[in-house]
Amino acid sequence: MNVVVCVKQIPDPNAPGKLHPESKRLVREGVDLILDPGDEHAVEAGLQIVEKEGGEVTVVSMGPPKAMDAIRRALAMGAARGILITDTALESSDALSTARAIAAAIKDRTFDLLICGTESTDGSSGAVPAQLAELLGLPLLSFAKRLEVADGKAVIDRQTDEGYDVVEAPLPAVVTVTGGINDARYPALRGIMQAKNKEIKQVGIAEIGLEGKAGKAALTQEVVEVVPAEARKAGEVVEDKGDGAKRIADFLQALKVI
Amino acid sequence: MPSVWVFAETADGVPKPIALELLTKARALGAAVAVAVGPGAGRAAEALAKYGATRIYVHEDEAFKDVVATPAVDLLARLFEKERPDLMLFGMTYEGRDIAARLSARLGVALIANATDVIKRNGSFAAVSPVFGGSMLVTTVPKAQPPVLILLRPKAITAEPASEPVAPQVEKIGDPVDTSKPAARVLRREKQKAQGPRLDDATVIVSGGRGLGAPENFKMLDELAGEIGAAVGASRAVVDAGWKPYSFQIGQTGKTVKPSVYIAVGISGAMQHTVGMKGAKTIIAINKDPEAPIFKLADLGVIGDVHKIVPQLIQEVRARKGK
Ligand SMILES: Cc1cc2nc3c(=O)[nH]c(=O)nc-3n(C[C@H](O)[C@H](O)[C@H](O)COP(=O)(O)OP(=O)(O)OC[C@H]3O[C@@H](n4cnc5c(N)ncnc54)[C@H](O)[C@@H]3O)c2cc1C
Ligand SMILES: Nc1ncnc2c1ncn2[C@@H]1O[C@H](COP(=O)(O)O)[C@@H](O)[C@H]1O
Repeated sequence: MNVVVCVKQIPDPNAPGKLHPESKRLVREGVDLILDPGDEHAVEAGLQIVEKEGGEVTVVSMGPPKAMDAIRRALAMGAARGILITDTALESSDALSTARAIAAAIKDRTFDLLICGTESTDGSSGAVPAQLAELLGLPLLSFAKRLEVADGKAVIDRQTDEGYDVVEAPLPAVVTVTGGINDARYPALRGIMQAKNKEIKQVGIAEIGLEGKAGKAALTQEVVEVVPAEARKAGEVVEDKGDGAKRIADFLQALKVI
Repeated sequence: MPSVWVFAETADGVPKPIALELLTKARALGAAVAVAVGPGAGRAAEALAKYGATRIYVHEDEAFKDVVATPAVDLLARLFEKERPDLMLFGMTYEGRDIAARLSARLGVALIANATDVIKRNGSFAAVSPVFGGSMLVTTVPKAQPPVLILLRPKAITAEPASEPVAPQVEKIGDPVDTSKPAARVLRREKQKAQGPRLDDATVIVSGGRGLGAPENFKMLDELAGEIGAAVGASRAVVDAGWKPYSFQIGQTGKTVKPSVYIAVGISGAMQHTVGMKGAKTIIAINKDPEAPIFKLADLGVIGDVHKIVPQLIQEVRARKGK
């Protein structure tokens, strides 16, 4: 079973995000960059499958050269090798350009499963995986909170508003996983040491045949304005001196909830 | 007048609330056209027209229910070739996201996700979306050829019937659905039973956070909710801890809710949570930390211990209802 996992490097979500006032791009300077926690679940899902079925996990990321660190972390978790798609021409890629670059970089590989996070923690468009599936002509199993493969098929429990649907697709297929699917392993020291010797292949836009067809040259959208959102005003804040519940009940009664 | 299409999700012949929200926006931007697919979708036509759809395409093949996304993508791509809409709106839902994203890749057009509003701008459309936990709003414009595909978050628009609805032109489509390609198929649907109102529709929500201390303490929220006819929600911290399933989660990566009253119990009020609930008409918060950010947006904030206040509140409500 060959599994490809797409991983993205993002600014630490616990640090408040900033956009550059002119370029409208994320300010990356001075912010810790990490492997998207959502994608750790994707790596974990891939590892669990190859541990059961045999085979290897390859991780793919598109980003600046520093995104190597995110790949390295996935390798420390147990992935076999990495591919980094990096090129200044790919800066400010939107979701579709990202999907095009990843699709171009992996289309000649044979794989059974392509696993992604449901949405990236910073961008959260949730568009890249479905776009990848379309570009590669593969079925998409999205919002998986359980994943199993057997008999040339993948079966997932797909999160819904009321519960979940059991959904099946023939392999190869694209799967997006939710945070609830597994607990991602923490890289062990041995894994971290081994990761140093694993291969990370760097490819640019020319090697994947997308010169003039991705990144800046092929943007489908552009951010033109960033403004602070209107804030809600605070009301009354009182300390509970034994009458807190009564105050709330009075309030609820005035609102005719009681 | 630009033609603005809406992917109108229905269930058992009834439009889902998101379909009516999208139509409300669509008719303000141009001539609204709805596409409704799946068994029984045609029965939704009248309701869709009430919210402003002037034309409704209906395809009732079973495949739309059992095969995820791809039949709808095929249908929309075919319709677009003939009709060339300027804009199509989808709900940022499980169904809407997969369809819109695949379609954008097939056609090479812009897909703007996570929008809370769509506006006209320089003869085209622009989408407004919250970023950084809703503290900032970005405006995004398409740069590719039309149509622009925009995913609008549920509850971002308040659905309102059109003041002068017109008799819709319903067009039934019957061309065969190609099910020969490898696809994702639904084998079975599992519905978890829920008591009381659904989070999405509730006018009152009682929501719990890590301040409840332990999963079993959610019982008192269930009890309180039962007394005041509320639905129960949760912060991501308790969902991540496994105290409540994901379907309870409110916020950036969970549901957006707009109840009349939102009661936050032991929730700190992180931006990623408040972006999903600050549309509530009235917010009540209970938190022991006077510095908790939730107090910055609460209409009534009570500084105190949830373990004391909530049981007292249940008693108080019971007593008043008894009167
Ligand atoms: C990309 C991203 C997306 C996110 N999406 C979401 C989302 O969709 N929804 C969401 O909710 N969060 C989301 N978060 C997480 C969010 O940032 C917060 O971590 C989370 O909302 C905190 O949950 P909480 O308030 O329950 O827990 P805490 O932050 O731990 O707060 C608990 C509160 O309870 C109070 N408390 C403790 N004991 C008591 C007591 N006995 N009586 C009264 N008060 C008490 C404390 O003072 C504290 O304010 C997201 C984070 C990121 C980075
Ligand atoms: N730059 C990228 N490199 C590799 N994978 C990505 C990248 N952007 C998005 N993905 C994958 O697509 C998923 C959804 O991201 P998004 O569509 O940006 O919300 C992520 O969880 C990743 O698995």
